[in-house]
Amino acid sequence: MTQHALAPALPLETRQRMLRQMLEIRLAEESIQGLFLENLIRGTTHLCIGQEACSSGVAAVLQPGDTVTCTYRGHGHALAMGLSLKGMLAEMMGKASGICKGKGGSMHMTDASLGLLGANAIVGAQLPIAVGAALTAQVMGTGTLAITFFGEGASNIGAFHEALNLAAIWKLPVLFICENNQYGEYSAMHVTTPVANIADRASSYGMPGIIVDGQDAEIVYDQVKAAADRARSGGGPSLIELKTYRFKGHSRTDQAPYRPKGELDAWLKRDPILILKERMIAEGQLDETEYEELRSALERSVHEAVEWAKAEPFPALETLVQDIYYEG
Amino acid sequence: MPKMTYREAITKALADAMRADARVVLFGEDVAVAGGVFKVTPGLYEEFGALRVRDTPISEQAFIGAALGAAITGLRPVAELMFADFIPVAMDQIVNQIAKYRYMSGGQFVVPLTIRAAQGAGAGFGTQHSQCAESWLMNMPGLKIVVPGTVADAYGLLRTAIEENNPVIVLEHKVMYNLAEEVPDVLPHVPLGVAAVRRAGRDVTIVATQLVMQRSLEAADALAAEGISVEVIDLRSMAPLDEETILASLEKTHRLLIVEEAPHAGGWGATIAALAADRGIYLLDAPVKRVNMGGALVAYSPPLEDEVVPNAKRIAQAVRDLVAE
Repeated sequence: MTQHALAPALPLETRQRMLRQMLEIRLAEESIQGLFLENLIRGTTHLCIGQEACSSGVAAVLQPGDTVTCTYRGHGHALAMGLSLKGMLAEMMGKASGICKGKGGSMHMTDASLGLLGANAIVGAQLPIAVGAALTAQVMGTGTLAITFFGEGASNIGAFHEALNLAAIWKLPVLFICENNQYGEYSAMHVTTPVANIADRASSYGMPGIIVDGQDAEIVYDQVKAAADRARSGGGPSLIELKTYRFKGHSRTDQAPYRPKGELDAWLKRDPILILKERMIAEGQLDETEYEELRSALERSVHEAVEWAKAEPFPALETLVQDIYYEG
Repeated sequence: MPKMTYREAITKALADAMRADARVVLFGEDVAVAGGVFKVTPGLYEEFGALRVRDTPISEQAFIGAALGAAITGLRPVAELMFADFIPVAMDQIVNQIAKYRYMSGGQFVVPLTIRAAQGAGAGFGTQHSQCAESWLMNMPGLKIVVPGTVADAYGLLRTAIEENNPVIVLEHKVMYNLAEEVPDVLPHVPLGVAAVRRAGRDVTIVATQLVMQRSLEAADALAAEGISVEVIDLRSMAPLDEETILASLEKTHRLLIVEEAPHAGGWGATIAALAADRGIYLLDAPVKRVNMGGALVAYSPPLEDEVVPNAKRIAQAVRDLVAE
């Protein structure tokens, strides 16, 4: 197990894409929070503000045919994979033009055309599903990869153990990517988990366990890329722990009063957007004016998508009983 | 016509399906090298190889979830869950994932997977290896469920299940694996959602499945000697349910007895009784009756196990009582 502190210098175009993606995710999530307060989005939602580098760094590794299953804190994964903001926002508002026709909602972002096989609302359930996607890749010899995101809390559920064990036995091309945001719902990790690092658990399955700075998109990319190359070439699965932090509470109503004083402030200094932005500025690839222009443009596009989704119609009532079975 | 066992019919269905379609893969505990705990899969590993026929760890959540992941990415997996009593171990994957995956994505996926499991009492396996699972699963839209009760159906329903573009749970009755019946030289596929009238009759309709369907036929033989004519319907498919065959029978007999290998509360028979009350009430000359396990569980001791599942004698008496109503 290794801690990689040095960021590789990725090509300018990759950095620009990552920065743009992370900003889009941040702005979309902030806007989603507002839509909840207006009651335009119902139920619950789980924001990934602070964890954007995980989504963006991993998405940059994906190749055509690769698949992803992820958690209900999955808006960032979906946007980084290219899900349209409009399709996502309409889905959250329960509109017919939502990516899942309004059947899924905030916790079930899915776009099969992008390889996004679904965000899951049952903790840990997405891991075995990714194992199955990797089985297809192995049986068909496609050279593609399955990636599954989960939180550190999911490493305490049985499906985690079973999935890693099965993937290791079959040497499947799957990456288990733990976003360790330090809290499982309202409980700090040390309350629920007897190991300091989720990656330590990899040794139980005879697979590499890799600890990565999850706030630095370039490091995330670099480490995940290495594990992905290994998996694609038959080297089997890896468990990758991205150390990150949830800047907001668990869900809509949670203000996270249980956090120790100063903890959030310390992590805010490691804001993934600031890390990449400042590096690019320091290396002469970006200036504050360009950054503000990018931010304004993305704010406009998020605003436009929100207004568009608001105006979209709800599904026709007869769709309630459609898509339960494939007819044909 | 050649004779074949229920077990051999399933093995043949799996082999024929794997020969017909390279996307069909088979996995479960001990199904490859050992040929299965119930010896239903011998020879498949040898014929189709380690890529397509795999032993799994004892990890029902993992391999049932993997079946889903494989199905939505292009394979047509067949997962063997061994004892149907293990279905609850994988219940999240079955009800929250497999059943809902198409729906909650707004129809983005087809889910062509088959789960096979052996259910039922009568083999001395005790209370955690002898239950029937269909009633648990029928409350879950998105699943199809079949319960083959003859050798030909064991083949035909499984072939159709594997070719179906929806998840299908195939519940085999473990006491029937050795059942031998004459079958046609070319075994046909059997459609899902179509019940079979196993015996035609005038006085009472029995709706049953699997072992208690076979016992209902025995009871019908005995009752014929007493001048009572019983029609026996083998449901075969619990989801979708063939309502029309049941209603057509009630038009003739006007009396309904439901025979279940299931506890009374929430048993599938309640759904059939509700159908009769809803769409068949004016066809009935007597109350709908159910013969089932009552509030009991399956016990280990042979006389207790024999007592819990309706036998031909109990079924026949229930028919006599119903005719006397």
